[in-house]
Amino acid sequence: MLRDEDRIFTNLYGFKDSGLEGARSLGDWDDTKGLLARGREGIVEEMKESGLRGRGGAGFGCGMKWSFMPKEASGRPHYLVVNADEGEPGTCKDREILRNEPHKLVEGCLVAGFAMGANTAYIYVRGEFLREAEALQRAIDEANEAGLIGKDACGSGWDFDVHLHLGQGAYICGEETALIESLEGKKGQPRLKPPFPANVGLYGCPTTVNNVETIAVAPTILRRGGDWFAGLGRPNNTGTKIFCISGHVENPCTVEEEMGISLRELIDKHAGGVRGGWGNLQAVIPGGSSVPVVPKSVCDTLCLDFDSCSEAKTGLGTGAVIVMDKSVDVLRAIARLSRFYMHESCGQCTPCREGTGWLWRMMERVCEGNATLDELDVLEEVTYQIEGHTICALGDAAAWPVQGLFRHFRPQMEERIAAQQAATATEAA
Amino acid sequence: MPKLTIDGIEVEVEPGMTVLQACEQAGAEIPRFCFHERLAIAGNCRMCLVSMERAPKPIASCAMPVADGMVIRTNTPEVQKMRKGVMEFLLINHPLDCPICDQGGECDLQDQAMAYGLDHGRYLDNKRAVEEKNMGPLIKTFMTRCIHCTRCIRFAEDVAGVPELGAIGRGEHMEITTYMERAMTSELSGNVIDLCPVGALTSAPYAFGARSWELGKTESVDVLDAVGSNIRVDSRGPVVMRILPRLNDDVNEEWISDKTRFACDGLKRQRLDQPYVRRDGRLEPATWAQALGAVADRMKGVDGSRVAALAGDLADCESMMALKDLMTALGSPNLDCRQDGAKLDPACRAAYLFNTTIAGIEDADACLVIGANPRWEAPLVNLRLRKRALAGGFTVGVLGPEVDLTFNYRGLGNEPGALAAMAAGDHPFAKVLKRAQRPMLILGVGALARPDGAAILAAARQIAEETGMIREKDGWNGFNVLHVAAARVGGLDLGFVPGTGGRDTEAILQGATQGEIEAVYLLGADEIDMARLGGPFVVYQGHHGDAGAGRADVVLPGAAYTEKNATYVSTEGRVQLGRLAVFPPGEARQDWKILRALSDAMGVTLPYDSLGEVRARLVESNPVFSVTETVQAASWGSFGTAGEIGSVPFVPPIDNFYMTDPISRVSETMAECTATFVQTTQRMTGTDG
Repeated sequence: MLRDEDRIFTNLYGFKDSGLEGARSLGDWDDTKGLLARGREGIVEEMKESGLRGRGGAGFGCGMKWSFMPKEASGRPHYLVVNADEGEPGTCKDREILRNEPHKLVEGCLVAGFAMGANTAYIYVRGEFLREAEALQRAIDEANEAGLIGKDACGSGWDFDVHLHLGQGAYICGEETALIESLEGKKGQPRLKPPFPANVGLYGCPTTVNNVETIAVAPTILRRGGDWFAGLGRPNNTGTKIFCISGHVENPCTVEEEMGISLRELIDKHAGGVRGGWGNLQAVIPGGSSVPVVPKSVCDTLCLDFDSCSEAKTGLGTGAVIVMDKSVDVLRAIARLSRFYMHESCGQCTPCREGTGWLWRMMERVCEGNATLDELDVLEEVTYQIEGHTICALGDAAAWPVQGLFRHFRPQMEERIAAQQAATATEAA
Repeated sequence: MPKLTIDGIEVEVEPGMTVLQACEQAGAEIPRFCFHERLAIAGNCRMCLVSMERAPKPIASCAMPVADGMVIRTNTPEVQKMRKGVMEFLLINHPLDCPICDQGGECDLQDQAMAYGLDHGRYLDNKRAVEEKNMGPLIKTFMTRCIHCTRCIRFAEDVAGVPELGAIGRGEHMEITTYMERAMTSELSGNVIDLCPVGALTSAPYAFGARSWELGKTESVDVLDAVGSNIRVDSRGPVVMRILPRLNDDVNEEWISDKTRFACDGLKRQRLDQPYVRRDGRLEPATWAQALGAVADRMKGVDGSRVAALAGDLADCESMMALKDLMTALGSPNLDCRQDGAKLDPACRAAYLFNTTIAGIEDADACLVIGANPRWEAPLVNLRLRKRALAGGFTVGVLGPEVDLTFNYRGLGNEPGALAAMAAGDHPFAKVLKRAQRPMLILGVGALARPDGAAILAAARQIAEETGMIREKDGWNGFNVLHVAAARVGGLDLGFVPGTGGRDTEAILQGATQGEIEAVYLLGADEIDMARLGGPFVVYQGHHGDAGAGRADVVLPGAAYTEKNATYVSTEGRVQLGRLAVFPPGEARQDWKILRALSDAMGVTLPYDSLGEVRARLVESNPVFSVTETVQAASWGSFGTAGEIGSVPFVPPIDNFYMTDPISRVSETMAECTATFVQTTQRMTGTDG
């Protein structure tokens, strides 16, 4: 369990002042100039050493990502784009940072922007986060007034502007290239990669898109050292992570914990345990709606970090733990997710546009028991026809929950169909 | 050059190619819907997925640039399965209405479904239905069939330069539409019909007209503007059903204008299908013998100086050659192929050609447009200008009326006097041209068909010479005349111009009014003021009952461009052959044969009996006719007559793109286009309905 002194987000719940004074008293903006004085290379190396993996869901090495930005000035501006379009169902971690720790994010922008040679950062905030955007704007204004950002930020000689942009509520705009398109004023549709944003990103210029949490932890890592961060968790899965525990627990909460904590410990220690006790647990989606669901038997031993989750054929995703007790109709729950992905598919590429709707319709029939056993095979096959064949990861995200269902709950699906068939047969007789 | 291994075969390809193109080179065919060589890459249909070694996921080969050492597999069971999967997705919401779909038989989806489709559908729900969209009188929509490849959107945005198509809605509800449900305001809109891989966008005039496999296909060239677009004429029986573009990177790439494509219904209307002779003020049907006899009787014995001939804009070289020879035999120097009176100088070939060539525009870095609206006078030239402009580093200045050319240019006003300043090097744009490595100018024929046309021609020559547009060392020639008539360059090449002491168009008309001309032979010449023809005996040889036939005393029915094997020379000076797709209607005959028969009746028999002999005569008159398809550079010379340039602003020669010649004037489709696109800006009168 994470010790209090290792906690990065010390005001996650907003019990203290989230303004500039309060942030300063908690250690933010402390000798930021000194951090920048380490130079671009120094910062990137420190981040690499920390082993921080992107907190947006994919878990790509953060220092590595920053190092992809061109080293030589090419005449094109560089951009840092912060993805605050937190729309993954079950996830509410960035929201708390925006609300209560906005200065960590703004300071992180400066540090990260400097490390990648960017003079401008855009923070793309989900449209529904109106109050959060206000809090963030307040922090940006405070930092500007205090000379922490803007011209000669923190007296470092580096000019740095932070702009806030409100989205309009499309889930797909949380995909990095769709976010860039949206920021440019276009329809939010993911771009083809390559070219990657580090070469051709916002307005055709080198761009790095990072999650809010990734950026917000950067200053603390630099202050306390990459080795400190790397000392938490386990190799390749280092540091702390904000988990959002929702669903059938006694005390749903958002909490910062060490990577690799066991699922059971996380739920028992912070969320007051599963409603009705651990034995009443049916299934958990451990990383937001996109990752496969796992049953209690897997949950018993599951540790929450990137590699452990993928070993268990699920994913850490955003760290949004959705707990379902035995009262839940898991089939219905996953069908609802299928409908979400159908609704949020951008429609650009074929497998996702056509496949997500098909998935949902079949899932609905399965829930009602109106499907046939043959159709179950079709359903499973269709998920594999979508997975990996699309431009962005939304197709995968739509396929995985259903695949998880097949992996662990196929007997229930078959039972449902058999029961319905039996009922129809009785009615007919 | 990068080396790849594709299905075990090692290939070396050009850097910058896509994996899909490399696969084609290695002989592996990749199915695709959204990919098109001439459009931006979208990568959205996912049909072209292939597997790449060391890549975690299959890659879209159309969007992946080649890299050295790639190992690609296109024929594994996994790849087959991926393609089948994507095909199934495309088909679940596609209506299987091939029997009633106009695309049937030439449909990409149909063809590829034969290879990758399942034998039964697994989708049990209702298919999606999508409301039709209004895309104007040319494009028929059936949006339920749309597979969202976005080719049409990319064409409109990138190639045509009218960003009026787009996708609205998300996911399954994504729909392709025109903004505000308005017709696509482009004179190239018909190309989206060819681009559409399914039957979502089909040709409205051709709707339910024929099946592709019933059509005879004839490769030919277009004559409705001077570009010489390469076309394919699809015909069934005696009827031209539709016109499609043919690939020619030097001329039209693979696009054609809407007039070229859709005016063909004009070939069925108001045709001259038998000879007519005027008796008691009325044109009455006659036999060929009667008609030729009437002409011979009237013209025989008339002094050559009192006879004249004018060639129209659609005339082919063979018939102009025959008419010229006939006039020479009659002793007449009064002939002209410049109906509009353009002061073109026939003495120097470079003076009337589009010397840079259309493909050559892509090498230019600055361009001055004088008194032309290329968008209407030659949409495909404008398309190249736009293509070049989008590539960057290309400054275009337009001296003439301000029109939307679909790209940014510098308006230089509409004061012809500015030409003198440019020739003297005083004008700011003259400096732009001078600084450029490969400057060019485009001189519209509208600017030459003015009383001061010769002075404008001279000024343009001087600008070209002063700003370095004419270079010996690398052969760069930036002087260009943009013609609008398909017959013009051919006519000038074979010398269909006044002989020594002969009259030009203006003088012929004047002479006719004053009674100095007794007989006028109109070879498809309809664009002159018939009222000025006054009293003379008028023979009209042509294919449509237009202005000329209305005035004529004898009408000799000829063949339209789809009905004869004939030679045309484009504005670039490219000699191209049109081919017979259908036979001329009724009694109508090939034009050079009519003139040959007439010469016989008049007792001055022309010395050729076959098409081959006429063509030999053409080559004899000018060796340029010996080389077809390619452009021969013309040598520079002195031309134009320096003089005072007037202050009357330039007026483009075309005021309605959709109706410029006897064929498009009677086309119903072109009339609809005129009502939709041209007259919306003009005031409607009470009779417009």
